[in-house]
Amino acid sequence: MTNSVLEGTMRSRPVYGVLEPRPGKAHLIVADGEGAGAVVDLVARAGETAPAMLARTHIIYMPGPNGTDAFESLKALGAAQAFRTHDYSTAQPRLKKVLGDAHMGLQIYTTGTEGLMGQVLRDVMEAGLPAQAVQTEHRGSTVRRVQCVHCKGITENVRTDPFQCSHCGLHLFVRDHYSRRLAAYQGVNIDAEDPGEVPPAVERFK
Amino acid sequence: MSVGAPKIPVVVAEVVELNPLIKRFRFVRTDGKPMPTFSGGAHIVVEMDDNGTRRMNPYSLMSDPTDTSGFEISVRRDDAGRGGSLYMHNHVRPGMAMQVSHPVNLFGLDLRAKKHLLIAGGIGITPFIAQMTQLEHLGHRFELHYSVRSPELGAYADDLKSRYGDRVHIYYDNQKHMIPLAELLEGQPLGTHLYVCGPKGMIAWVLGSAEAAGWHPSTLHSEEFLAPPVGHAFEVELAASRKTITVGPAQSLLEAMEAAGVDAPYLCRGGACGQCETDVHRCDGSIEHNDHWLTPEQKASNTKIMPCVSRFHGATLVIDR
Repeated sequence: MTNSVLEGTMRSRPVYGVLEPRPGKAHLIVADGEGAGAVVDLVARAGETAPAMLARTHIIYMPGPNGTDAFESLKALGAAQAFRTHDYSTAQPRLKKVLGDAHMGLQIYTTGTEGLMGQVLRDVMEAGLPAQAVQTEHRGSTVRRVQCVHCKGITENVRTDPFQCSHCGLHLFVRDHYSRRLAAYQGVNIDAEDPGEVPPAVERFK
Repeated sequence: MSVGAPKIPVVVAEVVELNPLIKRFRFVRTDGKPMPTFSGGAHIVVEMDDNGTRRMNPYSLMSDPTDTSGFEISVRRDDAGRGGSLYMHNHVRPGMAMQVSHPVNLFGLDLRAKKHLLIAGGIGITPFIAQMTQLEHLGHRFELHYSVRSPELGAYADDLKSRYGDRVHIYYDNQKHMIPLAELLEGQPLGTHLYVCGPKGMIAWVLGSAEAAGWHPSTLHSEEFLAPPVGHAFEVELAASRKTITVGPAQSLLEAMEAAGVDAPYLCRGGACGQCETDVHRCDGSIEHNDHWLTPEQKASNTKIMPCVSRFHGATLVIDR
Protein backbone atom coordinates (compact mmCIF):
# COMPACT_ATOMS: atom_id res chain seq x y z
CA MET A 1 0.00 0.00 0.00
CA THR A 2 1.46 3.33 -0.99
CA ASN A 3 1.34 6.69 0.61
CA SER A 4 -0.67 9.08 -1.48
CA VAL A 5 1.02 12.14 -2.89
CA LEU A 6 -0.89 15.35 -2.33
CA GLU A 7 0.01 17.72 -5.10
CA GLY A 8 0.80 21.40 -4.75
CA THR A 9 1.20 23.60 -1.75
CA MET A 10 -1.88 24.89 -0.04
CA ARG A 11 -1.56 26.96 3.10
CA SER A 12 -4.92 26.00 4.53
CA ARG A 13 -4.48 22.23 4.16
CA PRO A 14 -3.15 20.48 7.27
CA VAL A 15 0.25 18.85 6.88
CA TYR A 16 -0.07 15.09 7.32
CA GLY A 17 2.74 13.04 8.78
CA VAL A 18 3.64 9.43 9.41
CA LEU A 19 2.16 7.63 12.42
CA GLU A 20 4.68 6.95 15.18
CA PRO A 21 3.95 4.96 18.33
CA ARG A 22 4.03 7.28 21.35
CA PRO A 23 3.87 6.33 25.02
CA GLY A 24 0.44 6.77 26.51
CA LYS A 25 -2.10 5.19 28.78
CA ALA A 26 -4.32 4.14 25.85
CA HIS A 27 -4.37 4.40 22.07
CA LEU A 28 -7.28 5.35 19.83
CA ILE A 29 -6.96 4.80 16.10
CA VAL A 30 -9.53 5.94 13.54
CA ALA A 31 -8.87 4.82 9.96
CA ASP A 32 -10.61 4.34 6.65
CA GLY A 33 -9.77 2.47 3.42
CA GLU A 34 -6.03 2.29 2.71
CA GLY A 35 -5.37 3.79 6.16
CA ALA A 36 -5.43 0.18 7.40
CA GLY A 37 -1.94 -0.15 5.91
CA ALA A 38 -0.67 2.79 7.95
CA VAL A 39 -2.07 1.17 11.11
CA VAL A 40 -0.28 -2.09 10.32
CA ASP A 41 2.94 -0.10 9.75
CA LEU A 42 2.41 1.79 13.02
CA VAL A 43 2.14 -1.45 14.98
CA ALA A 44 5.22 -2.81 13.18
CA ARG A 45 7.14 0.34 14.24
CA ALA A 46 6.19 -0.32 17.87
CA GLY A 47 8.41 -3.44 17.68
CA GLU A 48 8.56 -5.36 20.92
CA THR A 49 6.30 -2.85 22.67
CA ALA A 50 3.50 -3.71 20.20
CA PRO A 51 1.72 -6.32 22.38
CA ALA A 52 1.54 -3.89 25.33
CA MET A 53 0.33 -1.14 23.01
CA LEU A 54 -2.30 -3.34 21.33
CA ALA A 55 -3.63 -4.44 24.72
CA ARG A 56 -4.68 -0.80 25.24
CA THR A 57 -5.67 0.03 21.66
CA HIS A 58 -9.12 0.77 20.28
CA ILE A 59 -9.44 0.79 16.49
CA ILE A 60 -12.42 2.28 14.67
CA TYR A 61 -12.38 1.47 10.96
CA MET A 62 -14.58 2.10 7.94
CA PRO A 63 -14.15 1.32 4.23
CA GLY A 64 -12.69 4.07 2.06
CA PRO A 65 -14.73 6.10 -0.45
CA ASN A 66 -13.26 3.91 -3.22
CA GLY A 67 -14.61 0.80 -1.52
CA THR A 68 -11.28 -0.43 -0.10
CA ASP A 69 -12.06 -2.53 2.97
CA ALA A 70 -9.01 -3.96 4.73
CA PHE A 71 -10.67 -4.56 8.09
CA GLU A 72 -9.46 -8.17 8.21
CA SER A 73 -5.83 -6.95 8.36
CA LEU A 74 -6.71 -4.84 11.39
CA LYS A 75 -8.67 -7.58 13.13
CA ALA A 76 -5.60 -9.79 12.75
CA LEU A 77 -3.52 -7.34 14.82
CA GLY A 78 -5.28 -8.40 17.99
CA ALA A 79 -6.07 -4.97 19.45
CA ALA A 80 -8.20 -4.77 22.61
CA GLN A 81 -11.05 -3.46 20.45
CA ALA A 82 -11.42 -3.34 16.67
CA PHE A 83 -14.73 -2.03 15.39
CA ARG A 84 -15.89 -1.66 11.81
CA THR A 85 -18.55 0.83 10.80
CA HIS A 86 -20.21 1.66 7.49
CA ASP A 87 -18.96 5.27 7.29
CA TYR A 88 -18.03 8.26 9.44
CA SER A 89 -21.56 9.21 10.38
CA THR A 90 -22.06 5.77 11.92
CA ALA A 91 -18.62 5.85 13.57
CA GLN A 92 -19.10 9.29 15.08
CA PRO A 93 -21.36 8.42 18.04
CA ARG A 94 -18.85 5.77 19.12
CA LEU A 95 -15.92 8.15 18.71
CA LYS A 96 -17.66 10.86 20.73
CA LYS A 97 -18.44 8.40 23.51
CA VAL A 98 -14.82 7.22 23.58
CA LEU A 99 -13.51 10.81 23.68
CA GLY A 100 -16.01 11.74 26.39
CA ASP A 101 -14.88 8.88 28.63
CA ALA A 102 -11.13 9.21 27.92
CA HIS A 103 -8.40 10.66 30.10
CA MET A 104 -5.33 12.71 29.30
CA GLY A 105 -2.52 10.45 28.20
CA LEU A 106 -4.67 8.93 25.44
CA GLN A 107 -2.79 8.89 22.13
CA ILE A 108 -4.95 9.55 19.09
CA TYR A 109 -4.01 8.49 15.56
CA THR A 110 -6.04 8.95 12.38
CA THR A 111 -5.17 7.78 8.90
CA GLY A 112 -6.75 7.36 5.50
CA THR A 113 -8.57 9.98 3.49
CA GLU A 114 -8.55 13.68 4.15
CA GLY A 115 -12.31 13.74 4.72
CA LEU A 116 -12.03 11.20 7.51
CA MET A 117 -9.00 12.77 9.18
CA GLY A 118 -10.53 16.24 9.01
CA GLN A 119 -13.68 15.10 10.76
CA VAL A 120 -11.71 13.23 13.42
CA LEU A 121 -9.56 16.33 14.04
CA ARG A 122 -12.66 18.49 14.26
CA ASP A 123 -14.32 16.17 16.80
CA VAL A 124 -11.12 15.83 18.85
CA MET A 125 -10.70 19.63 18.94
CA GLU A 126 -14.28 19.87 20.14
CA ALA A 127 -13.24 17.54 22.98
CA GLY A 128 -10.65 20.15 24.03
CA LEU A 129 -7.42 18.76 22.58
CA PRO A 130 -5.31 20.85 20.19
CA ALA A 131 -5.12 19.49 16.64
CA GLN A 132 -1.34 19.06 17.02
CA ALA A 133 -1.97 16.41 19.67
CA VAL A 134 -3.43 14.09 17.01
CA GLN A 135 -1.14 12.18 14.65
CA THR A 136 -2.25 11.92 11.02
CA GLU A 137 -1.13 10.02 7.93
CA HIS A 138 -2.72 10.36 4.52
CA ARG A 139 -3.39 7.14 2.62
CA GLY A 140 -5.65 6.23 -0.25
CA SER A 141 -8.16 8.33 -2.14
CA THR A 142 -7.77 12.10 -2.61
CA VAL A 143 -11.50 12.78 -3.14
CA ARG A 144 -12.66 15.89 -1.35
CA ARG A 145 -15.34 16.78 1.16
CA VAL A 146 -16.74 20.12 -0.06
CA GLN A 147 -19.08 22.65 1.49
CA CYS A 148 -21.27 24.67 -0.86
CA VAL A 149 -20.81 28.29 0.25
CA HIS A 150 -24.34 29.07 -0.96
CA CYS A 151 -26.56 26.47 0.69
CA LYS A 152 -23.91 25.27 3.25
CA GLY A 153 -24.65 21.65 2.34
CA ILE A 154 -21.71 19.28 2.31
CA THR A 155 -21.03 16.92 -0.58
CA GLU A 156 -18.81 13.96 0.24
CA ASN A 157 -16.32 12.27 -2.09
CA VAL A 158 -16.13 14.94 -4.77
CA ARG A 159 -14.06 13.69 -7.73
CA THR A 160 -14.52 16.36 -10.37
CA ASP A 161 -14.12 20.09 -10.65
CA PRO A 162 -16.59 21.62 -11.21
CA PHE A 163 -19.25 19.40 -9.67
CA GLN A 164 -22.91 19.75 -8.87
CA CYS A 165 -23.88 20.44 -5.25
CA SER A 166 -25.75 17.41 -3.92
CA HIS A 167 -28.03 19.71 -1.90
CA CYS A 168 -28.97 22.77 -3.99
CA GLY A 169 -27.83 21.63 -7.44
CA LEU A 170 -25.56 24.61 -8.19
CA HIS A 171 -22.45 23.93 -10.25
CA LEU A 172 -19.50 24.49 -7.92
CA PHE A 173 -15.82 25.25 -8.49
CA VAL A 174 -13.68 23.45 -5.85
CA ARG A 175 -11.33 25.97 -4.30
CA ASP A 176 -7.99 24.99 -2.74
CA HIS A 177 -9.30 26.46 0.47
CA TYR A 178 -9.71 24.11 3.40
CA SER A 179 -11.61 24.80 6.61
CA ARG A 180 -10.56 22.86 9.71
CA ARG A 181 -13.70 23.94 11.49
CA LEU A 182 -15.88 22.35 8.80
CA ALA A 183 -13.37 19.70 7.75
CA ALA A 184 -14.24 20.61 4.16
CA TYR A 185 -13.08 22.51 1.09
CA GLN A 186 -14.99 25.48 -0.19
CA GLY A 187 -17.19 25.14 -3.28
CA VAL A 188 -18.27 28.32 -5.13
CA ASN A 189 -20.84 28.67 -7.91
CA ILE A 190 -18.94 28.65 -11.23
CA ASP A 191 -21.67 30.04 -13.52
CA ALA A 192 -23.08 32.82 -11.37
CA GLU A 193 -22.32 35.55 -13.95
CA ASP A 194 -23.24 33.55 -17.04
CA PRO A 195 -25.84 30.99 -15.96
CA GLY A 196 -25.52 27.77 -17.90
CA GLU A 197 -21.93 28.33 -18.99
CA VAL A 198 -20.39 25.49 -17.02
CA PRO A 199 -16.95 24.27 -18.11
CA PRO A 200 -16.64 20.52 -18.55
CA ALA A 201 -15.95 18.62 -15.35
CA VAL A 202 -12.36 17.40 -14.97
CA GLU A 203 -11.48 14.52 -12.67
CA ARG A 204 -9.03 16.23 -10.31
CA PHE A 205 -9.43 14.02 -7.25
CA LYS A 206 -9.14 10.23 -7.31
CA MET B 1 7.15 46.71 26.41
CA SER B 2 9.33 47.08 23.40
CA VAL B 3 10.99 50.24 22.21
CA GLY B 4 8.74 53.26 21.98
CA ALA B 5 5.68 51.65 23.60
CA PRO B 6 3.91 53.99 25.99
CA LYS B 7 4.38 53.44 29.71
CA ILE B 8 1.65 53.82 32.31
CA PRO B 9 2.30 56.47 34.96
CA VAL B 10 1.17 55.13 38.32
CA VAL B 11 1.21 55.89 42.00
CA VAL B 12 1.58 53.21 44.67
CA ALA B 13 -1.83 53.06 46.36
CA GLU B 14 -1.18 50.29 48.85
CA VAL B 15 1.64 48.12 50.18
CA VAL B 16 0.62 45.07 52.22
CA GLU B 17 3.14 42.89 54.02
CA LEU B 18 1.69 39.39 53.80
CA ASN B 19 4.55 37.64 55.56
CA PRO B 20 8.27 38.29 56.13
CA LEU B 21 9.04 37.42 52.49
CA ILE B 22 6.11 38.66 50.43
CA LYS B 23 4.61 42.10 49.92
CA ARG B 24 1.67 43.02 47.75
CA PHE B 25 1.62 46.32 45.83
CA ARG B 26 -1.33 48.09 44.26
CA PHE B 27 -0.79 50.67 41.51
CA VAL B 28 -3.36 53.18 40.30
CA ARG B 29 -2.99 55.54 37.35
CA THR B 30 -2.08 59.16 37.86
CA ASP B 31 -3.51 60.33 34.53
CA GLY B 32 -7.11 59.47 35.40
CA LYS B 33 -7.52 56.96 32.56
CA PRO B 34 -8.72 53.40 33.18
CA MET B 35 -6.09 50.67 33.45
CA PRO B 36 -6.11 48.33 30.46
CA THR B 37 -7.84 45.03 31.08
CA PHE B 38 -5.69 41.95 30.63
CA SER B 39 -5.92 38.17 30.49
CA GLY B 40 -4.95 35.88 33.37
CA GLY B 41 -1.23 35.08 33.32
CA ALA B 42 -0.17 38.51 32.05
CA HIS B 43 2.72 40.44 33.60
CA ILE B 44 3.89 44.02 33.73
CA VAL B 45 7.43 45.36 33.83
CA VAL B 46 7.91 47.68 36.82
CA GLU B 47 10.53 50.40 36.42
CA MET B 48 12.57 51.35 39.47
CA ASP B 49 15.07 54.12 39.96
CA ASP B 50 17.42 52.59 42.51
CA ASN B 51 19.83 55.42 43.30
CA GLY B 52 20.55 56.06 39.64
CA THR B 53 20.44 52.40 38.60
CA ARG B 54 17.39 51.70 36.46
CA ARG B 55 15.83 48.35 37.31
CA MET B 56 13.03 46.83 35.26
CA ASN B 57 11.56 43.64 36.65
CA PRO B 58 8.62 41.61 35.30
CA TYR B 59 5.89 40.71 37.81
CA SER B 60 2.71 38.70 37.15
CA LEU B 61 -0.52 40.59 37.62
CA MET B 62 -2.74 39.06 40.27
CA SER B 63 -5.67 41.46 40.39
CA ASP B 64 -9.00 40.87 38.67
CA PRO B 65 -8.29 41.07 34.90
CA THR B 66 -11.46 43.11 34.38
CA ASP B 67 -10.68 45.63 37.17
CA THR B 68 -9.67 48.88 35.47
CA SER B 69 -9.15 50.77 38.74
CA GLY B 70 -5.68 49.36 39.43
CA PHE B 71 -3.06 46.64 39.07
CA GLU B 72 -1.78 44.38 41.86
CA ILE B 73 1.43 42.37 42.05
CA SER B 74 3.14 40.36 44.76
CA VAL B 75 6.90 40.48 45.21
CA ARG B 76 8.95 37.88 47.01
CA ARG B 77 12.09 39.32 48.55
CA ASP B 78 15.26 37.74 47.16
CA ASP B 79 18.16 38.69 49.43
CA ALA B 80 20.69 37.11 47.07
CA GLY B 81 19.23 38.71 43.94
CA ARG B 82 20.43 41.75 42.05
CA GLY B 83 18.33 44.16 44.04
CA GLY B 84 14.98 44.67 42.27
CA SER B 85 12.89 42.80 44.83
CA LEU B 86 14.88 44.36 47.70
CA TYR B 87 14.17 47.79 46.25
CA MET B 88 10.45 46.99 46.05
CA HIS B 89 10.48 45.76 49.67
CA ASN B 90 12.67 48.45 51.22
CA HIS B 91 11.94 51.62 49.27
CA VAL B 92 8.52 51.45 47.65
CA ARG B 93 5.93 53.20 49.83
CA PRO B 94 2.33 54.27 49.30
CA GLY B 95 2.15 57.58 47.44
CA MET B 96 5.31 56.97 45.40
CA ALA B 97 5.17 57.75 41.68
CA MET B 98 6.42 54.97 39.37
CA GLN B 99 6.08 53.71 35.81
CA VAL B 100 4.84 50.33 34.66
CA SER B 101 4.50 48.77 31.20
CA HIS B 102 1.28 47.68 29.57
CA PRO B 103 0.35 44.07 30.39
CA VAL B 104 1.90 41.34 28.23
CA ASN B 105 0.79 37.73 28.42
CA LEU B 106 3.26 34.91 27.81
CA PHE B 107 1.29 32.50 30.00
CA GLY B 108 -2.28 32.73 28.78
CA LEU B 109 -5.02 30.18 29.31
CA ASP B 110 -6.01 28.04 26.34
CA LEU B 111 -9.74 28.63 26.55
CA ARG B 112 -10.50 25.76 24.17
CA ALA B 113 -9.64 23.40 27.04
CA LYS B 114 -12.40 21.51 28.84
CA LYS B 115 -10.58 21.83 32.15
CA HIS B 116 -7.55 23.68 33.51
CA LEU B 117 -5.13 21.96 35.90
CA LEU B 118 -3.07 24.67 37.66
CA ILE B 119 0.11 23.76 39.54
CA ALA B 120 1.88 26.47 41.55
CA GLY B 121 5.02 26.51 43.65
CA GLY B 122 5.67 29.35 46.10
CA ILE B 123 5.41 32.84 44.61
CA GLY B 124 4.49 31.14 41.30
CA ILE B 125 0.91 31.39 42.61
CA THR B 126 0.46 35.00 41.42
CA PRO B 127 -0.47 34.47 37.74
CA PHE B 128 -2.92 31.76 38.81
CA ILE B 129 -4.78 34.16 41.07
CA ALA B 130 -5.71 36.29 38.04
CA GLN B 131 -6.34 33.19 35.91
CA MET B 132 -8.74 31.72 38.48
CA THR B 133 -10.66 34.98 38.62
CA GLN B 134 -10.95 34.89 34.84
CA LEU B 135 -11.97 31.21 34.80
CA GLU B 136 -14.58 31.88 37.49
CA HIS B 137 -16.03 34.76 35.41
CA LEU B 138 -16.20 32.42 32.41
CA GLY B 139 -17.58 29.48 34.38
CA HIS B 140 -14.78 27.15 33.23
CA ARG B 141 -13.60 24.11 35.19
CA PHE B 142 -10.29 24.27 37.03
CA GLU B 143 -8.41 22.93 40.01
CA LEU B 144 -5.36 24.41 41.72
CA HIS B 145 -2.56 22.50 43.39
CA TYR B 146 -0.40 24.94 45.33
CA SER B 147 2.80 23.83 47.01
CA VAL B 148 4.40 26.17 49.52
CA ARG B 149 7.08 25.91 52.18
CA SER B 150 4.96 26.45 55.31
CA PRO B 151 1.58 27.82 56.41
CA GLU B 152 3.37 31.06 57.42
CA LEU B 153 4.63 31.56 53.86
CA GLY B 154 1.47 30.36 52.13
CA ALA B 155 0.48 33.91 51.33
CA TYR B 156 -2.80 33.32 49.58
CA ALA B 157 -3.64 29.78 50.63
CA ASP B 158 -6.47 30.55 53.08
CA ASP B 159 -7.95 33.24 50.89
CA LEU B 160 -8.03 30.99 47.82
CA LYS B 161 -9.38 28.09 49.83
CA SER B 162 -12.27 30.17 51.12
CA ARG B 163 -12.97 31.59 47.67
CA TYR B 164 -12.80 28.38 45.64
CA GLY B 165 -13.36 25.60 48.21
CA ASP B 166 -12.37 22.09 47.21
CA ARG B 167 -11.06 23.23 43.85
CA VAL B 168 -7.98 24.45 45.76
CA HIS B 169 -5.47 21.98 47.20
CA ILE B 170 -2.60 23.19 49.40
CA TYR B 171 0.60 21.26 50.14
CA TYR B 172 3.03 22.36 52.88
CA ASP B 173 6.65 21.25 52.45
CA ASN B 174 7.36 21.49 56.19
CA GLN B 175 4.51 19.05 56.85
CA LYS B 176 5.88 16.71 54.17
CA HIS B 177 2.88 17.22 51.88
CA MET B 178 3.72 16.46 48.27
CA ILE B 179 1.68 17.19 45.17
CA PRO B 180 0.50 13.69 44.09
CA LEU B 181 1.56 14.41 40.54
CA ALA B 182 1.35 10.89 39.13
CA GLU B 183 -2.26 10.46 40.27
CA LEU B 184 -3.18 13.94 39.09
CA LEU B 185 -1.82 13.28 35.61
CA GLU B 186 -3.54 9.89 35.52
CA GLY B 187 -7.08 11.01 36.22
CA GLN B 188 -7.65 14.13 34.12
CA PRO B 189 -10.47 14.12 31.57
CA LEU B 190 -9.50 14.40 27.90
CA GLY B 191 -9.21 18.07 26.93
CA THR B 192 -7.46 19.14 30.15
CA HIS B 193 -4.62 21.66 29.81
CA LEU B 194 -1.90 21.85 32.45
CA TYR B 195 -0.21 25.08 33.64
CA VAL B 196 2.78 25.23 35.96
CA CYS B 197 4.59 28.20 37.50
CA GLY B 198 7.20 27.97 40.23
CA PRO B 199 10.85 27.10 40.78
CA LYS B 200 12.87 25.70 37.88
CA GLY B 201 13.10 22.19 39.35
CA MET B 202 9.36 21.99 39.87
CA ILE B 203 8.58 23.08 36.32
CA ALA B 204 10.97 20.47 34.91
CA TRP B 205 9.45 17.77 37.15
CA VAL B 206 5.87 18.58 36.17
CA LEU B 207 6.48 18.97 32.43
CA GLY B 208 8.74 15.90 32.28
CA SER B 209 6.23 13.72 34.15
CA ALA B 210 3.33 14.93 32.01
CA GLU B 211 5.11 14.22 28.73
CA ALA B 212 6.13 10.78 29.98
CA ALA B 213 2.47 10.13 30.83
CA GLY B 214 1.50 10.88 27.23
CA TRP B 215 0.38 14.52 27.52
CA HIS B 216 1.10 16.33 24.27
CA PRO B 217 3.35 19.43 24.64
CA SER B 218 0.57 21.58 23.13
CA THR B 219 -1.49 20.92 26.28
CA LEU B 220 1.33 21.95 28.65
CA HIS B 221 2.07 25.55 29.63
CA SER B 222 4.70 26.98 31.93
CA GLU B 223 6.25 30.26 32.94
CA GLU B 224 9.48 30.99 34.69
CA PHE B 225 11.04 34.43 34.70
CA LEU B 226 14.77 34.30 35.02
CA ALA B 227 16.53 37.03 36.89
CA PRO B 228 19.56 38.10 34.87
CA PRO B 229 22.43 36.21 36.52
CA VAL B 230 25.39 38.09 37.87
CA GLY B 231 28.88 37.33 36.55
CA HIS B 232 32.14 38.88 35.42
CA ALA B 233 32.23 42.23 33.68
CA PHE B 234 32.65 41.94 29.90
CA GLU B 235 33.02 44.18 26.87
CA VAL B 236 30.67 44.17 23.87
CA GLU B 237 30.92 45.98 20.55
CA LEU B 238 27.55 47.24 19.28
CA ALA B 239 27.99 47.24 15.49
CA ALA B 240 24.88 49.21 14.47
CA SER B 241 25.35 51.92 17.11
CA ARG B 242 29.18 52.01 16.68
CA LYS B 243 29.75 51.82 20.42
CA THR B 244 31.77 49.61 22.71
CA ILE B 245 30.28 49.13 26.16
CA THR B 246 31.23 47.35 29.34
CA VAL B 247 28.63 45.22 31.08
CA GLY B 248 29.07 45.37 34.85
CA PRO B 249 29.04 42.24 37.05
CA ALA B 250 25.50 42.87 38.36
CA GLN B 251 24.20 44.37 35.13
CA SER B 252 22.60 42.59 32.17
CA LEU B 253 23.76 43.24 28.61
CA LEU B 254 20.33 44.75 27.91
CA GLU B 255 20.64 47.11 30.87
CA ALA B 256 24.16 48.11 29.81
CA MET B 257 22.92 48.95 26.30
CA GLU B 258 20.08 51.01 27.76
CA ALA B 259 22.50 52.82 30.06
CA ALA B 260 24.59 53.68 26.99
CA GLY B 261 21.53 55.20 25.32
CA VAL B 262 20.94 52.36 22.85
CA ASP B 263 17.28 51.66 22.23
CA ALA B 264 17.17 47.86 22.27
CA PRO B 265 13.93 45.86 21.98
CA TYR B 266 12.65 43.88 24.96
CA LEU B 267 9.45 42.56 26.44
CA CYS B 268 9.77 40.16 29.38
CA ARG B 269 13.40 40.85 30.43
CA GLY B 270 13.49 37.29 31.72
CA GLY B 271 14.67 35.09 28.84
CA ALA B 272 11.19 33.85 27.98
CA CYS B 273 9.62 35.89 25.19
CA GLY B 274 12.25 36.18 22.44
CA GLN B 275 11.76 39.88 21.78
CA CYS B 276 15.37 40.92 22.44
CA GLU B 277 16.96 38.24 20.19
CA THR B 278 20.06 39.76 18.61
CA ASP B 279 22.41 38.55 15.84
CA VAL B 280 26.02 37.96 16.78
CA HIS B 281 28.53 39.20 14.17
CA ARG B 282 31.65 37.91 15.85
CA CYS B 283 32.31 35.82 18.91
CA ASP B 284 35.87 35.06 20.05
CA GLY B 285 35.04 33.38 23.33
CA SER B 286 31.86 31.84 24.59
CA ILE B 287 28.36 33.08 25.26
CA GLU B 288 26.65 31.99 28.48
CA HIS B 289 23.17 31.37 27.11
CA ASN B 290 20.81 31.69 30.07
CA ASP B 291 17.52 32.01 28.16
CA HIS B 292 14.58 29.67 27.49
CA TRP B 293 14.20 31.01 23.96
CA LEU B 294 16.99 29.91 21.61
CA THR B 295 17.13 26.30 20.46
CA PRO B 296 20.07 24.14 21.59
CA GLU B 297 21.41 24.35 18.01
CA GLN B 298 21.21 28.15 17.99
CA LYS B 299 22.94 28.29 21.34
CA ALA B 300 25.73 26.00 20.17
CA SER B 301 26.29 28.02 16.98
CA ASN B 302 26.85 31.29 18.92
CA THR B 303 25.13 33.28 16.17
CA LYS B 304 22.38 34.70 18.41
CA ILE B 305 22.23 36.13 21.90
CA MET B 306 19.42 37.14 24.26
CA PRO B 307 20.80 40.30 25.93
CA CYS B 308 18.25 40.28 28.77
CA VAL B 309 19.80 37.30 30.56
CA SER B 310 22.86 36.04 28.66
CA ARG B 311 26.50 36.93 29.27
CA PHE B 312 29.87 36.50 27.56
CA HIS B 313 33.43 35.69 28.43
CA GLY B 314 36.32 35.80 26.01
CA ALA B 315 38.17 38.24 23.80
CA THR B 316 35.63 39.85 21.46
CA LEU B 317 31.86 39.91 21.08
CA VAL B 318 30.30 42.00 18.29
CA ILE B 319 26.50 42.11 18.09
CA ASP B 320 24.08 43.66 15.63
CA ARG B 321 22.60 46.44 17.76
